[in-house]
Amino acid sequence: MPGSIKDKVAIVGMGCTRFGELWEKGTTDLIVEPVNEALADAGIELKDIEAAWGGTLFSGNGGRTVSEALRLQYKPVTRVENACGSGHEAIRGAAYAVAAGVYDICLAVGYEKLKDEGQSGLPGMQNRTGTHYESSMPGVFAMMATRYFNRYGLTPEEGKTMLGKISVKSHHNGSLNPKAHLRREIKLEQVLNAPIIAWPLGLFDCCGVSDGGAAAIIVRADMAKNFTDTPVYIKALQICAGPTSGRLLTDYDYTHVEESYRAGIAAYAEAGVTNPREEISMAEVHDCFSITEAVTMEDLQFSPRGKVRDDIEAGTFELSGQLPVQPDGGLKCFGHPIGASGIRMIYEPYLQFKGRAGDRQLKDPKLALAHNMGNEPYAPVVSCCIVGL
Amino acid sequence: MAGIVSYGAYIPWHRMERQKCVSAWGGFGMPGEKAVAYFDEDSVTMAVEAARDCLGDIDGRTIDGLYFATTTSPYKEKQCAAIMAIALDMRRDIRTIDVNTSLRAGASAFGMAMDAIQAGSANSVLVTAADIRMAAPAGMTEQGLGDGAGAILLGNDNVIAEIQGSYSITDELVGTWRAADDTFIRSWEDRMIMDEGYGKVIPEALMGIMKKYNLEPKDFAKVVFDSPVDGRKHGKAAVAAGFDPSQVQDPFTLFLNVGLTGCAQSLMMLVSALESAKPGDKILFAGSGNGVDAFILQVTDAIEKLPERRGITGHLASKKMMDNYNAYLTWRGIVPQEEARRPAKTPARLSAMWRENKQQIGLWGIKCKQCGTIQYDDGAAATTPIRVCAKCGAQDNFDDYNFANKKATVFSYTHDNLAPVADPPASVVLIDFEGGGRAFFDLTDRDPAELEVGTKVEMTFRRMQINRGLSVYHWKARPVR
Repeated sequence: MPGSIKDKVAIVGMGCTRFGELWEKGTTDLIVEPVNEALADAGIELKDIEAAWGGTLFSGNGGRTVSEALRLQYKPVTRVENACGSGHEAIRGAAYAVAAGVYDICLAVGYEKLKDEGQSGLPGMQNRTGTHYESSMPGVFAMMATRYFNRYGLTPEEGKTMLGKISVKSHHNGSLNPKAHLRREIKLEQVLNAPIIAWPLGLFDCCGVSDGGAAAIIVRADMAKNFTDTPVYIKALQICAGPTSGRLLTDYDYTHVEESYRAGIAAYAEAGVTNPREEISMAEVHDCFSITEAVTMEDLQFSPRGKVRDDIEAGTFELSGQLPVQPDGGLKCFGHPIGASGIRMIYEPYLQFKGRAGDRQLKDPKLALAHNMGNEPYAPVVSCCIVGL
Repeated sequence: MAGIVSYGAYIPWHRMERQKCVSAWGGFGMPGEKAVAYFDEDSVTMAVEAARDCLGDIDGRTIDGLYFATTTSPYKEKQCAAIMAIALDMRRDIRTIDVNTSLRAGASAFGMAMDAIQAGSANSVLVTAADIRMAAPAGMTEQGLGDGAGAILLGNDNVIAEIQGSYSITDELVGTWRAADDTFIRSWEDRMIMDEGYGKVIPEALMGIMKKYNLEPKDFAKVVFDSPVDGRKHGKAAVAAGFDPSQVQDPFTLFLNVGLTGCAQSLMMLVSALESAKPGDKILFAGSGNGVDAFILQVTDAIEKLPERRGITGHLASKKMMDNYNAYLTWRGIVPQEEARRPAKTPARLSAMWRENKQQIGLWGIKCKQCGTIQYDDGAAATTPIRVCAKCGAQDNFDDYNFANKKATVFSYTHDNLAPVADPPASVVLIDFEGGGRAFFDLTDRDPAELEVGTKVEMTFRRMQINRGLSVYHWKARPVR
């Protein structure tokens, strides 16, 4: 690797709105509010921001959406979009610009006024010729569950139980998070008896469809202590875009996400992590669906291939487990305002490192991984960001 | 000598007992069931399926013409045969014609094909006929109608039945009609239609062709022509022309299992007759509707070498009885369904459709010349056509590869309740084709309970949506039955 982002930049301020069906809030609110919180957290003013990156899938285009909302005065602002991975992409733009030495203080903000799209979930998949098969996003991820059950010999009941326990865990964590969209504890029976969205995935296998915004102030590492005693450093930020061959070639198993696996390897190398399961203190992964979290545990080498079920049964990923995953509730319960999610995933470790995670506070976390994924399992862009003190 | 080279048929998988209409509306129930095109079928898709049944291994590129007969074209202005020619992989330098508005259109297209071949302007022509006629709910006509298609390949070579003569009459009597802005067919009083129309013009034509060629009823093994709702009138017309009831191609099997299939009926009955025909049989074939087109067919020895096909018999055996009448109403758009609570789809882009005709309507993919990997791009991303091999990275170094006749195995699937479809859940499959290639497709004509990883499927031509009046066609998978 010719260069590395490791310890070159630090996050010195973060903000995040409550996620949810925020009918009374518009895109502007979802930009202004997290940015205000981040600025106050860093102890700076808007005019101190030298450049900004805004991540969103649906809510406005161009850098202007951000500069207009904040009335940023003639600053360089870029809108980035990498599907559901847009949040990390905004972080990446700001982090790399600072690391390049072009700017000292940059803003990354992710926002999505998703509930203005007027539907449950995301718009169905379409192509230009109007010939696309009729599948929702739950549908294409459900097909990964179908494969996983088939490959590892799980009956539908066994498979759904395995996935259900993931959702029960995330709902517990979400119940402890005042900013989460879904704050209700659930029982496994509820998951198993819930209406089917796309077989075999039921209602509780799917993440919240939410509005929200999140922001981060990124500065040069050597000046970070000017803003805070506990800056959070970016240890790795690796992105991997697949060639979309998984839907064309018969050698794709559809029980893993190659891009997650490769982004994980690259991020571990960049951060100097050799044993992820032992060295990573907590992870926020892209659990758009329960099955996604399951295979991501294997892709990120937290669990051996085909063995995530053992770790789920053992409670490894629970708040009190060896490797807490989604301590903030994840996409599942914190919610999934597309552009904001990637930054929200870093907001939680940021709070944890500073001891500000309230009822969810982990003991002495050292290194956290955030895994942000855009598009379908056979064709995603995946970003892995490792942060630490 | 010009004649029939091959034949095929298509009957939708879904069938509805006529008693379901009575359960819904009361009244008198006719016996039997009717074939109901699925929500993704229309005359074009059914004709393509019949044509594929007819062609089997015959290369569409060897055929010089495609005539499509229907009274239920999805378009008042725009040719459908041109769409079908791509789906059937036919050449560009052929004559494609839609023959519309007459219930005789199937037989007329047959005659036009014969004329073209006899005149030497074509060596072979594929004739298809399909109908999906609608009668207003609660009437007897609704019970009587059914959906289906027939296809006949005419040519000079490998003829299984020579065409030894033809004869036509024209007759102006308004029996049933549908005005340009009518959804449902209308009819004049039955007795008038039967006694002065059908009951007279059929015998006139049958006797006319026999007289023209100095033949008598006893010279024929079979007389094959379309039937009205009341099958007894069919037999009476044959008897009036001098035939013995034993010579008459039975109209009841089709009526009781499929219903009256409009301009496809005469061709479908001909297919039925050919399925049991023997070398040396002479067949009198006719189709009616504001007159009659009649033909004398002489079955040859080649009929015994014709490969297996589904035909009428095979399609009749493969069916799914509908649970209720309501589905029929919604599939035909007679009763609107609540729209999905989401914004409308983005319109299909005509320019993209045109650019991707070959992939989307023809189901063409590629085989990499460098590594041999077979690939079909479903156009899910904005990346079609394939320029770079997904396996080895070779660029623009491919052979064309067609998937339409390839069977496949379900690699994964879901039943999606969120996707807005006319018959939820949306069953979507990721399939691996025999010989190579993987792609996502909708699964149609399916019972959700019967689907599993490993289910064998085949491809079928279907309508994906109607967008600004534009019927968008593509392919779906269906379980092999």
